[in-house]
Parts: sequence; C-alpha cells; structure tokens
Amino acid sequence: MIAVVLCILIFAVPVSSNTLNLPRVLTSSFYPCSDCHQGLKTNPQVRKLSFHEDILLEHNNLWCLDCHSPSDRNRLRLLRGRAVPFEDLPRLCATCHGSIYKEWSNGIHGKRTGQWNGKKNYFICTDCHNPHSPSFESLRPEPPPLRPEKTLRRY
Amino acid sequence: MLTRREFIRNSLTILGSMSLGACLKQDIFKEKFMELSEEEKKRFLMRLEERYERRYGIKFSVKDTPPLEGVVFGYALDLSRCIGCRRCVYACVRENNQSRDIPIQWIRVLRIKKEHFAPSDFESAEHYYNPEKVPEDGYMYIPVQCQQCESPPCVKVCPTKATWKEPDGIVVIDYEWCIGCRCCMAACPYWARRFNWKEPYIPKEEINPDTHYYGNRPRMRGVVEKCTFCIQRTRNGRYPACVEACPTGARKFGNLLDPESEVRYILDNFKVFRLKAELNTEPRFFYFFSLG
Repeated sequence: MIAVVLCILIFAVPVSSNTLNLPRVLTSSFYPCSDCHQGLKTNPQVRKLSFHEDILLEHNNLWCLDCHSPSDRNRLRLLRGRAVPFEDLPRLCATCHGSIYKEWSNGIHGKRTGQWNGKKNYFICTDCHNPHSPSFESLRPEPPPLRPEKTLRRY
Repeated sequence: MLTRREFIRNSLTILGSMSLGACLKQDIFKEKFMELSEEEKKRFLMRLEERYERRYGIKFSVKDTPPLEGVVFGYALDLSRCIGCRRCVYACVRENNQSRDIPIQWIRVLRIKKEHFAPSDFESAEHYYNPEKVPEDGYMYIPVQCQQCESPPCVKVCPTKATWKEPDGIVVIDYEWCIGCRCCMAACPYWARRFNWKEPYIPKEEINPDTHYYGNRPRMRGVVEKCTFCIQRTRNGRYPACVEACPTGARKFGNLLDPESEVRYILDNFKVFRLKAELNTEPRFFYFFSLG
C-alpha cells in the first residue's frame, strides 16, 4: 500500500529546520492533471469512475471533488473551496485533522529522519498514508527471536 | 657455572619474550582505552580497523567520537502507535553488527493484553508472538531495549569497570575490558544486555563498516553487548537506526537539554512513564500514549 502511495504522489522533502515551509517536488505520472481534464466537463455526480479505477476511495464519505478543485485540476481544494497547490497538502488534511496536524508540526505524529540536531527529512501525510484510503494496512511482522532451546541446537 | 652457549641461549629467550610482550601489551596486558593518550588511541583504532578489514574484506572505520557538549540523549516511544512489526529489531541488528547465526537482538518487542498492561509488571507479556498480521485486536506492543538509566545497576556491579555512563547519558561497554562474568546481565531489570556465547558471525556483505569503539564494532566471543542509542550515529547528529526504521513513527529521539527538541515536547505535553520506575534506575527512555 505504501508503495502505491509513493507511486501516486512522491514528495521529496528537504527541510533545514523545524519550519513548515516545505519546498517540495510533486512527481506523479498523471501530473499535471489538466493535461487530460482540460477538455473534460466536470461531473459532480458521485459515481463509479471509468478512469482512475485503480483508486480505492475509502476516506469516510468524501468524494473526489471534496479535495480536488473542480475548477483548477492542478490544485487541491480546501474545505471551504479555496484552491491550494499540491505542495500545501498538509494544510488540506489539517482542515479536518487539526490536532494531528499540530502534533505533526511538532514532530510527534509521523516520522522524521536525518539529524536530531540539524537537517531533517519530514515525512508528510501522503508519504505514509494513502490519501484515498488513509487507514494503515496491517503488516506481516518480522520473525520472532529464537527460543533458547532452538538457539542451543545451533552451537 | 654458566657456559657461553647457555648464556647466549638464555639471553635470546629473555630478549625474545620481552619483544613479544611489547607486541602483545595492548592485547593481553591491556590498558583502559580511555586512559590511553590520543596518539595511542589512534594507533590502537588503526590496528582494529586493519584487523576488521582483513576479516571482512571491506574498508572499516572505527571512531571514538567523544560526547557532545550540552547534550543528554533521551528517547520517547509512543505505545499507541507501535504495531509490533519488529522492523526496529532488524534495523538495529543490521546497523549494529549483531550476530546472525546465533541471533543476538538488542530490542525485544513485548506483546501484552491491553487489560494486563502495567508499567512494571510484564508477567503476562511475551516476545515470541508471530501472527500473520500485526497489530492484533486486544493487544499492545512494548519494545524494550537498553533504557540508558541515570543510575544504572549494571554499572554498579561490573567488577572490572568495563561499563560506565558517559556524560551524554549513554551507558557504554569497553569490550576489551569485559571479562564476560555477566553480572551486569543479572543486574539489569530490563533484560537489555546480551552475551556472545560464541564468536559472532556476520556475513561479509551485511557488515556495517561505519563503527564506534564503544558501539557497533564487531564483538568477540565472551563479551556483553547492548543498545548504545546507536552511538556511532547519534554522536554525529543522526537519528538512531530504530527511529528511522519505524514505519509508524512511534519512536522519538533527541536532546533532553534542548527545549526545542521532540523529546522535550513530549515530556512537556504528554503523560510519560518509565518502565519499573519503582526501582529508581531512572531510565532516559520514556513511554507515552499520544492517542486516547
């Protein structure tokens, strides 16, 4: 699942300090979306899509146009309708998940790699969650430690 | 009466054993690493590097990076996000060159029924769980590793002073001075120390050549080892390997003396607890629940 997310949206996030101003590069095979959507008429109807059928939408009762701007396909749509670029994705998520956004900004929710006293790589929402079905899939655990009696046999 | 022949033979024997003794002085009549002069330390580390290079056929670096000024390391683990997947365990094994044939793992992930959880009672916990998928309903997972105590019982009992607490809070072991009596293992209330019953085996292609003298350099038979907060990484500013491996971001690490750090934010804003707090070991490893 994580791999799917990474394929859809990969944000490289180099950050110098604990700022939230994150310069990012969006690389998706479909982006810019307007390439296809330019000539298409917007259909606000909730329906089974004939394209993007690989997207499993399990995000509460949301529908595409709740988060994707219907007027500007290259942008996201905040809760009240303002269009923001894809780079501002955490702000979009924050409109519903405010407390998690606050914890994420403080480095508690989610993950950071790099240096504890310097340059950190922030993982943004879509690095770990699939925006279309955000709950985590359960994982196969790595093998358990050997029981002592089995270890003895290896000597 | 000493004949000429005997005199020559005896003096040659004495001379020979003296020069052999000088060679082996570092190996047999060891001096404590931290008591060596800078020059001797450098020579000694170079000899270690050469030895490892011969054994593993790869360029090695054995550093002795000193503790950073104004830094005391602290760790916080979010139990409401840990799913018990053991990714941290194996990231640690790879980073810290732990034995593979007789597996040594510094991190143990305990599984416990949610209703049985208490910070000092792990009677009903087990670490051999192996379901198809984690997390499982009704269970929680508690990774346990060296808690880097403020008052470490393992240090108190070591008869050779081979283990001690560094100024940045990391409890380290000088493997050259460890005699393998395992008193420290008996003293540790967290079961954090492991013993090399035989010469550890690490495949050549999996060896991590970036090492620290007190940390992940390859160990020998008969010495005790344990988590050092990845001393080779953290003293150079990097996060420990387990922090970077955790898929849910449950592991947090930082400087306890820096009010801006992530650990300090957790200490200031969440209810944290330590394992077996009643023993007054005062771990620098905190557990907390970010949800519920």
